[in-house]
Amino acid sequence: MKILVLISNVPDTTTKIRFTGDNKAFDTTGVQWIINPWDELALTRAMELKEAGGVEKISVANVGTKITEPTLRKALAVGADDAIRIDAEPLDAYFVAKQLAEVAKDYDLIMAGIEASDYNGASVGGMLAEILGINSVSAVSGVDIENGELKIHRDIDGGSQVLSVPTPLVVIVQKGIAIDPRIPAMRGIMMARKKPLKVVEPVEAEPRIEFLSYELPAPKAACKMVDEDNAKELIRLLHEEAKVL
Amino acid sequence: MSVLVYTENWAGKFKKLTHEIVSFAAAIAKEMGSSVTALSIGHVADDELKTLGQYGANKVLNVQDDRFESLDNKALADAVAKAAEKEGAKVIIFAHNNEGKAIAPRVAVKLNAGLVSGVTGLPVSVDPFVVRKKVFTGKAFANVQINTDVKVITFAQNSYEVVENPTEVTIEVFDPQIGDDEFSTKVLDTHKITGKVLLTDAEIVVSGGRGMKGPENWGGLEELGELLGAGMACSRPVSDEGWRSHEEHVGQTGKIIAPNLYMAFGISGAIQHLGGISSSKYIVAVNKDPEAPIFEAADYGIVGDAFKVIPQLIEAVKELKANK
Ligand SMILES: Cc1cc2nc3c(=O)[nH]c(=O)nc-3n(C[C@H](O)[C@H](O)[C@H](O)COP(=O)(O)OP(=O)(O)OC[C@H]3O[C@@H](n4cnc5c(N)ncnc54)[C@H](O)[C@@H]3O)c2cc1C
Repeated sequence: MKILVLISNVPDTTTKIRFTGDNKAFDTTGVQWIINPWDELALTRAMELKEAGGVEKISVANVGTKITEPTLRKALAVGADDAIRIDAEPLDAYFVAKQLAEVAKDYDLIMAGIEASDYNGASVGGMLAEILGINSVSAVSGVDIENGELKIHRDIDGGSQVLSVPTPLVVIVQKGIAIDPRIPAMRGIMMARKKPLKVVEPVEAEPRIEFLSYELPAPKAACKMVDEDNAKELIRLLHEEAKVL
Repeated sequence: MSVLVYTENWAGKFKKLTHEIVSFAAAIAKEMGSSVTALSIGHVADDELKTLGQYGANKVLNVQDDRFESLDNKALADAVAKAAEKEGAKVIIFAHNNEGKAIAPRVAVKLNAGLVSGVTGLPVSVDPFVVRKKVFTGKAFANVQINTDVKVITFAQNSYEVVENPTEVTIEVFDPQIGDDEFSTKVLDTHKITGKVLLTDAEIVVSGGRGMKGPENWGGLEELGELLGAGMACSRPVSDEGWRSHEEHVGQTGKIIAPNLYMAFGISGAIQHLGGISSSKYIVAVNKDPEAPIFEAADYGIVGDAFKVIPQLIEAVKELKANK
């Protein structure tokens, strides 16, 4: 089985979010870039599956300009066999999915994160599957390979299920897929330098949505404090003032 | 021309989320001068389908086909797209939950439509079609324009009130004619959580962090939760330590929730935790440390020992209920 893990390059979780003067674009100055946390967990699970046998190759793919290469190198250092970068600005989820479809055709299992922590779109995995005309499973919290077949655990609203779905397949992964992300070891970092990172040209695709402007949330009103010894007052406030009880 | 809503039923009944989303669709339809069609896939009695008229649905398309019980994304997307084509839908609305996130992107591709997910309110304008959504995991908002003729959006729970808007509603049986080969998902086992308030549905959530010190100390929180009809949640270290089930972990790497009231006991309020709860309407924090970042996100707070505060809250809720 060949696995492709989709990698989104996102600002580090603790980044203070700022926009350019006219609020029309994200200000990337000084931003530390990381592998999207869900994609990192997907890659970790892919590595575990490979170590258990039954996976020939793991590739990673990203749509992005040259600035995303350190992120792809990190994925190689974690253990991916090769990396593909589609050299384009990721304009919207459809544009990204269309690019990825070009390189995803040769894989049995494609793993996407449930969302990217920048635009929170939760769209690329599903769009990619539809463009390829193959099935997808979302909210996946477990992937196992048994006798060459996939066994998938997914969350449904109000419970969970175990599924069997034939390949080729896109799984859109979330919490539970792996416990902790794998950190590259020194050996991995050395080897990553020699692993192939292929750069391919984008195909024609029109983005369908457009980010017009951004706003930061209005500053929150100060927290109303209640005395520890008079905690009952809190329930009164929630009942009479906030009206949530 | 219509606005199409993908509804979800649980054991044949619609939940509040469906009423919210139909109300939301009705408001958009009014602005666009179109009607609302609700699509129901699954076994829902006609009486229950008719209740959608209460919230402004003009028509309900009723698909009854057992094959959809496997929740096969490919087949479901095909059915929704066929309903949209039949109705000439210009806007298609899903909930921003497991099912919506699974199907909406596929439907958008099928219909050559732009998709915006996690929309947090009525469109800023309908022509051009501009909506608002959260980005950077709740740290900012974006105004996004959809440039295609057909638009797909997923709606963030708790972003619109349920509005009573009684409408004449017709129920129509609809067979989208999906071939057997479209269904490739085989369910081997289903595990349903029963008897508990579902975290993702809950209007009130009671949550504990490492400050609760150990799994043996959850009795008070459980009691408070039960009195309030609340869902139970926890911070990541709590589930990592195995004090509470992983099902309850909320945050950036856990569940993302948006209840009316989130009550955090002994939780510091790390940015990754806030990422999962910041859409709550009201946040209450109880923490010993006055400098804990949770107080910056909270609306009401108590600087104090959770073990002293919880019994007082339980007593106050009991009194409140007795007086109601
Ligand atoms: C990539 C990444 C993803 C993460 N994802 C998540 C996530 O999804 N969800 C999540 O929750 N965390 C997540 N974390 C972890 C997060 O950074 C914090 O470590 C975690 O939220 C802290 O949990 P806590 O507040 O329960 O514990 P602590 O930080 O230990 O805080 C305990 C709090 O309890 C208070 N306290 C102690 N005793 C009492 C008492 N008797 N009464 C009242 N208060 C008391 C203390 O003052 C303190 O503020 C993530 C971290 C990383 C790096």
